[in-house]
Amino acid sequence: MSPAAVLSGLLAVEVPYWASSVIKLGVVALLVPTAALVLGYVFLLKMMSFMQSRLGPMEAGPYGTLQLLADGLKFIQKEDIFPEKADRTVFALAPLVVLISTFLIYVVIPTGPDAVVAQLDVGIFYALAVSSLSVVGILMAGWASANKYALMGGLRAAGQLIAYELPLVLAVMGVVIQAGTLDLQKIVAAQAQGEIFGWDGIGNPFILTQFAGFFIFLVAVQAELTQPPFDMPVAESEIVGGYQVEYTGFRFLFFFMGEFGTAFAFAALAAVLFLGGWALPWGDLEHWAFNIAGPAIMLVKVLAVAALIFWFRFTYPRLREDQLQRMAWKFLIPLSLANIVVTGIFKVAL
Amino acid sequence: MSEFLRDYLLVVFFLVLAGALVFGMLGAGSLLRPSRSQPQKYLTYESGVDPVGLGWSQSNIRYYVFALLFVMFDVEAVFIFPWATRLEAYGTFGLVEMAIFIFILALGLAYAWRKGVLRWI
Repeated sequence: MSPAAVLSGLLAVEVPYWASSVIKLGVVALLVPTAALVLGYVFLLKMMSFMQSRLGPMEAGPYGTLQLLADGLKFIQKEDIFPEKADRTVFALAPLVVLISTFLIYVVIPTGPDAVVAQLDVGIFYALAVSSLSVVGILMAGWASANKYALMGGLRAAGQLIAYELPLVLAVMGVVIQAGTLDLQKIVAAQAQGEIFGWDGIGNPFILTQFAGFFIFLVAVQAELTQPPFDMPVAESEIVGGYQVEYTGFRFLFFFMGEFGTAFAFAALAAVLFLGGWALPWGDLEHWAFNIAGPAIMLVKVLAVAALIFWFRFTYPRLREDQLQRMAWKFLIPLSLANIVVTGIFKVAL
Repeated sequence: MSEFLRDYLLVVFFLVLAGALVFGMLGAGSLLRPSRSQPQKYLTYESGVDPVGLGWSQSNIRYYVFALLFVMFDVEAVFIFPWATRLEAYGTFGLVEMAIFIFILALGLAYAWRKGVLRWI
């Protein structure tokens, strides 16, 4: 038998529900920390260093590849400290809530016709809903620490996350109007099978028609991740890490994992919504080979979007609190509302 | 169990997975990390100075106003989603309907803007 036949045979095997669930849980449990490590190493450590004309970590492993693992080993040996004034239960649960929000986004991200954890009908709506759970975790951390820096950081984070939640949701609306569905698999199919004025050479990736939506989505994602230029909530130089200030060791690491895991998830969502997801515009979408090629195609697109996100991060100076609120409410929200109306007009008229 | 419920059961599994990961890693850490209790370690951090007053201090009222505005707009976003999926079927009627809705909404934003609520200082 040829290798291709073996592979297709393997993929056609009917797996019982419990076994497929265990596999999916295992894959995502490995994927989230790995994604955080890869993004952290490739972009945060190396890309930033090269942009600033330095080498970055070079000692741990070849070209410093094991640096973040070494950091993890350091964190696991750190004492677990609860400040005496802190609200212990809430303080302990806050990183968990942030991490839960990260894990739940991965449930709906498709990487192939069958290579998806669960194909929910409300796909993108669900993803946006669970991603906003992290606000609760961050506010919990900020409040429970009983620390002035943490409280200020928590409030700033909450104010920023809710302000940019709106452009994020409204920017996605344009894609939903074009595709006519919330299901991420169907959004992928709509792009692969779409056509541009009757020409179906490259399908119809929504970035071409929803470029305003893509721009708003990326800016909002940047703010949702509390990354520079939107890093007022964790601004090291003034509130020394904001809501994370009292956390030590692994509890602190969970916030880091949450941030980079979410960055990966949002980059994947952007790839699915605007860049055509796992599909190529040629060939049969139901073909089994897409279950193997799909994740690779997704990875390329996700890294491309992530590179863009981190490029912004290393380029722009921090916005002041009033500037970032102004940008959300007076620029991005009106722009995304206009985008919805214009998309709607085109949808009905054409 | 139906396919529909099974999909959502997976969501619950993932919730449990995140919990298991957090408690598992903290549990593994408890075997490795030291625990040397000193009262100074549990003081609230304030840049190395002894903490003054309570950590739960008063803060800017603006956050509250923005939260109120957010609730308004977020509920409306939930309303636009079902409309967006069905726009093809509704046609011009649906479009005009939503244009009026968004216009009223934008009017609300303009009112808040005019009243100076969106200004931080």
